Amino acid sequence: MTTTPILKLDHLGVTFPNHPVFTDLNLTIHQGEFWSIVGKNGVGKTTLMRTILHQLRPTHGQVQYLPHTADVKIGYVPQFRNIDADYPLTIQDFVGLNLTGWKWPWLSRSERKKIERILTETGLTTLAKRPIGQASGGERQKAYLAQALVEAPNLLILDESTASLDPVTKTELLDLVVELNQRLKLTVLFVTHDIPMARKYSSRYLMLTPQGTEQGPIAGLTQEKVWEGEHV
Amino acid sequence: MFNYEFMRNAFAAGTIIAIICGIMGVFVIARNMSFLTHTLSEIGFSGAAFGVFAGWAPLNGMLLFTVVSSVIVGQLSARSERREAATSAISALFIGLGILFLSLANKNASYATSILFGSVIGISASDVRQMLWLSILVLIVVFVIYRFLKFDSFDHTGARVKGLWTNTLSITFLVLVALSVSVAAQIVGSLLIFILLTLPAATAKYFAHTVSGMMILAIGLALIGVWAGLTLSYVTNYPVSFFIAAIEAIFYFIALGWQRLQTAE
Repeated sequence: MTTTPILKLDHLGVTFPNHPVFTDLNLTIHQGEFWSIVGKNGVGKTTLMRTILHQLRPTHGQVQYLPHTADVKIGYVPQFRNIDADYPLTIQDFVGLNLTGWKWPWLSRSERKKIERILTETGLTTLAKRPIGQASGGERQKAYLAQALVEAPNLLILDESTASLDPVTKTELLDLVVELNQRLKLTVLFVTHDIPMARKYSSRYLMLTPQGTEQGPIAGLTQEKVWEGEHV
Repeated sequence: MFNYEFMRNAFAAGTIIAIICGIMGVFVIARNMSFLTHTLSEIGFSGAAFGVFAGWAPLNGMLLFTVVSSVIVGQLSARSERREAATSAISALFIGLGILFLSLANKNASYATSILFGSVIGISASDVRQMLWLSILVLIVVFVIYRFLKFDSFDHTGARVKGLWTNTLSITFLVLVALSVSVAAQIVGSLLIFILLTLPAATAKYFAHTVSGMMILAIGLALIGVWAGLTLSYVTNYPVSFFIAAIEAIFYFIALGWQRLQTAE
């Protein structure tokens, strides 16, 4: 089966003053793949995500969206967000924040339908009117996911978004993501320290170490390999 | 009370101010910019004093100083870790300049008092018209950028990832606050302006369930404060800013108490 490449990292390198974070990183990600990005703290996972999101300019090489930049829509789910507990912002409103295409301040009928659909898909319909500041950790992560998905992205980045969740909630969230990954051919980049979860859900991995990068089918990723990477 | 033209003007101006402050206050609170708003009001005092010194209308001096400085403040305080220190430094500098300009203009203490704490009597029909035009300008810009401003104010991380022009939005918002400060300072004075730009919205936050609900409630609370303040000031002959400040502070403390009760349940 041939799949379409949607993201290509070409000899990518980022160097902070006197400190190369990563160099000569080559990676091609195809539509519908589920990648886990692993490596110890400080090795450059977040820097890589920021570079992919064009928030950081690479020192060398380039990030290419294929076939054209406009063809790749990114949804991003971080671990934390600075949301005040007292904000009068319901989960439904929070999801709708990402809809910035319509010119009027209020939501159009089709935009309300989009929100309704994504709340159903993420199992948040009954919580739609709950203030996001009062939602549990798992509910919030689902709301972040729903917001990222409301504009129907084809590339979803989960940046340690399950790190603070309990095992049950974590599994629930990733089950949902993998279901969307398979049903909608949604490409997923899952940044994580949780190797068993990475092995359970993803098809390929990219490991960042101070010495360089390693990638391949997920079967090749073991906890020992990550530990070795940490201690070399 | 409405037989007097100055009271009719004061009520018209107060209504405009309450609407603008209710709307802008929601974003000021969401963006945690209360302190920055306070600084802009002090810069407004300095601008008004400069206007007096230069022989202009105080509002024009305020507009010049607050708009220019809002851009500078926005740049200096882009990094949150230095926001408070940068804001304090600018605030101190502008209060000093305000005092200097008043001294150079040879104006007495009562003139300074009216700039700092506002005046009901001094508002003419042409002032009201100027405030109305400025307010319409602020409302149009807010209307046009509403979705982006709401996204950036309530979920800055999401807005940045979306690729929204968050820095430009931030500076645009500060300029809008500067315009609102200049408008609102006409009644409550430059030092108490942050009352109307922060307290009604901060109170509304505890009762509203949506952002638009917060906005409507904040406008309502600001209107009650301004109208009741003007009436009480007319009846008692005490300063209007005292009554507005007291009413808005009471609303805020009631909201805090209510919130505490809700949390305890």
